[in-house]
Amino acid sequence: MNAPPKAITGVSTFVDDRIGAGNFLKRNLRKIFPDHWSFLLGEIALYSFIILLLTGTFLTFWFKPGMAETTYTGNYAPLYGVKMSEAYASALHISFDIRGGLLMRQIHHWAALLFVAGMTVHMLRVFFTGAYRKPRELNWIIGILLLSLALLEGLTGYSLPDDLLSGAGLRITEGVMLAIPIVGTYLQFFLFGGEYPGHDVISRFYSIHILLIPGILLALVTAHMILMWVQKHTQMPGKGRTEKNVVGAPFYPAFMIKAGAFFLFTFGVIALLGTFAQINPIWLFGPYTPADISAGSQPDWYMGFLEGALRLMPAWEINFLGHTVTFSVLIPALVPLGIVMTGLALYPFLEQWVTGDRREHHVADRPRNNPHRTAIGISGMTFYGILWLLGANDEISANFHISLYTTTWFGRVAIFVGPAIAYWITYRMCIGLQRKDAEVLSHGVESGVIKRMPNGQYIEIHTPPAEDIAEHIRGKKEIPVLESAEDGEGIPPKSARSALGRLRAKLSEAYGTDHVPLTDGHHEEGHEGEHAGVGAGDRKELH
Amino acid sequence: MTEQNEFPESGRVQTRVLGTPPADAPIVDTDPVHAPEGVPGVIPQDPVKARKAERLVALLFLVTFLAGAGFIASYVIFQVGTIDRTATSNLALGGTLALALLSLAAGLTVWVRRIMPKYNLVQERHEMRSDDDTREYVQETFLQGADESGFVKHRLLRRTLLLAAAPLGLAPLVLLKDLGPLPGTSLRHTVWGEPTKDGKPRRLVVEGSGQPIRAADFNSPGGILSVVPEGYEEDLNALAKATLILLKFRPEELKSGTNLNWTHDGIVAYSKICTHVGCPAALYEQTTHHILCPCHQSTFDAADGAKVVFGPAARPLPQLPIGIDEEGYLVAKSDFDVPVGPSFWERGDAEAEVREKAS
Ligand code: FES
Repeated sequence: MNAPPKAITGVSTFVDDRIGAGNFLKRNLRKIFPDHWSFLLGEIALYSFIILLLTGTFLTFWFKPGMAETTYTGNYAPLYGVKMSEAYASALHISFDIRGGLLMRQIHHWAALLFVAGMTVHMLRVFFTGAYRKPRELNWIIGILLLSLALLEGLTGYSLPDDLLSGAGLRITEGVMLAIPIVGTYLQFFLFGGEYPGHDVISRFYSIHILLIPGILLALVTAHMILMWVQKHTQMPGKGRTEKNVVGAPFYPAFMIKAGAFFLFTFGVIALLGTFAQINPIWLFGPYTPADISAGSQPDWYMGFLEGALRLMPAWEINFLGHTVTFSVLIPALVPLGIVMTGLALYPFLEQWVTGDRREHHVADRPRNNPHRTAIGISGMTFYGILWLLGANDEISANFHISLYTTTWFGRVAIFVGPAIAYWITYRMCIGLQRKDAEVLSHGVESGVIKRMPNGQYIEIHTPPAEDIAEHIRGKKEIPVLESAEDGEGIPPKSARSALGRLRAKLSEAYGTDHVPLTDGHHEEGHEGEHAGVGAGDRKELH
Repeated sequence: MTEQNEFPESGRVQTRVLGTPPADAPIVDTDPVHAPEGVPGVIPQDPVKARKAERLVALLFLVTFLAGAGFIASYVIFQVGTIDRTATSNLALGGTLALALLSLAAGLTVWVRRIMPKYNLVQERHEMRSDDDTREYVQETFLQGADESGFVKHRLLRRTLLLAAAPLGLAPLVLLKDLGPLPGTSLRHTVWGEPTKDGKPRRLVVEGSGQPIRAADFNSPGGILSVVPEGYEEDLNALAKATLILLKFRPEELKSGTNLNWTHDGIVAYSKICTHVGCPAALYEQTTHHILCPCHQSTFDAADGAKVVFGPAARPLPQLPIGIDEEGYLVAKSDFDVPVGPSFWERGDAEAEVREKAS
């Protein structure tokens, strides 16, 4: 090894003498990062967040979060002389009078959409591969907090420009707050500083949007990264990959530069979107007034499912003892979000309880290898997707000439039936894919070569799968099932005798079994590499 | 490796300083990682291909430089102001910025993929839990600390401390009290109930133009009229509750849900604020007399007291009693008799109360 150049030794000696970073670097510079395309999804969210901080800071230099009325005298001619709030006027000012202002606004908005989208798909990846399992439950929960906060952050940000569209969102927020039993009216009065819309809500949302939530987000993101760093990534099953190692490329130099490049790619794509794809053209909507609204008002995409829930719900309101409870607002506003977020937060622990599996997991599952989990995930996505779709039912009915009532009624039925169907289909598909895997291992892959046997029979030559594919498939793990409910004498253990215990045993049985065992293909002596592809006999041994 | 430890004779075990590795080890300890060069797991690239890639990378970095310079130039060259000029500036700034970012990203990527070696390194994991001794030590330390602090032994101390903390914990909430006034009964009233300065009933004026409406001239041609209270045309807080929609019917069209005493010559006024969550219910379908709220498609039958015919709203749009003043202009005869807009906890069954009072 050559002597290190003076430039490096000098600086590093200086630093190390003072903060002793050597030990830290020794452990971490060559930290191994496993490679899989889906590991980039979380990075998209992270980099969008950084872009949000950068562009957001730019916007704060000119944005005035005030609701005082001014008369617009800026450059945008169609609104010249119109009375509006300071907030709206300054948003117009940023868009038309500041060089790069429009670009930064659009980049900020696009980055926000991508931030939530990146988090969502990252979360789905973690869910479907079981990467939330011990020891990563804490990070999973931090992730869910991050997602919830991001939704709030989006809502507050959307409201700031105080244009007609953002006002509509705010109005709905107000109505939803009022529907909360007992404290709703107070919450609304405290948030808005009195009756809707009041004079304070924009400046309050501004503090929340630029200070409170970003601060918490930043702290949580940091914690998320530290935990990830300490626990190391999960890896997909494959050659040489075990629960006890990490296989991949080192952080320095390869991953560092890759990550830098990916940040730039993300930034570049968002910059392209900000340049070419117009978003939230607030100057077209006009200033907010509570008396007007345009048809086809749509929230940002991540709020679409709440909007859909509000639209699906039939009218239902009760009065008791002089009080009003509006289920038609309360249920759609709280229940779907509650089901999704609580369900996600509890899932790792529920799974642990059902399977009794308390081991550490570092090798990710292929989604097909845990059919119930995958089916639960897909049916959750279907639930969300239907609500999301119905959030735009007016657009759907306008564009496809279907009556609004039909779309609504479709949604009311589909929200219950859809997830069930999705569950069943996904489960079957997982099993099918597992069979396919077993077949690949036992019979090899189709080579496309047809051979005629001396007796006139045609067979297709099967070749053994490539080693890495085979290893990937062989990485499948049995899903643990609770210890048999009965001991030798047929007496179940104490814990399994209660109703809950019996339920648990049943669930565990259902969750874990019905798997397709893998068999390796050394079964037909003399026929290595070949197998009759025609004929039905193949599958027998799969069961 | 000559630049050795600055404290060679410090007497303690030499701690290695970054950049001054012991002669027999590389700078960065490769312990769990295999050594970087000439070892399995680090697969160098073909030098000929790498040199080709280098040229490509350099080209991409050059593009970044040019685009970056272009960005700065665009900032100076393109001014903003009108829609067109803003659009041009946006295009130039955004285009150059995106090009700079993307070509730099592409350059870095090619560098990593074609010049740097390919890696297939293995690193061992260790279980997250600390070893038993450490765990035990930490637990003991905690217990010992708790013991030393007297928190366990001194019950009075502990309890009064908790007592002391409780009000302080509530302090932030108390401080937030001044965020807003208390709701009181303000959600129940709109400005329609207040007489004007000179004690006359308040006129209905057209939203936007502020024109009062002469009953004789109003015949609702093909739609609804959005109406606001005279004197509050610009007051968003008042408008958020008091905005109306005005429609005219032929007498035989009106059904029992509409209070005929509150109409004038077939002219009916309903609150425009949707009883679902408060969007303005702004769409009107003339043939069916349906008022549709664009937010969540609640649909109200305007001919029948604006009762709900579809959608999530649970209550009809409240009707405002209207009449005319001596000059023939439409005025509000009183406030709404029930609160307008979205439901709230304290609202109760206001409609039933009204019915009870009437009977
Ligand atoms: S606010 Fe009118 S339907 Fe929801």
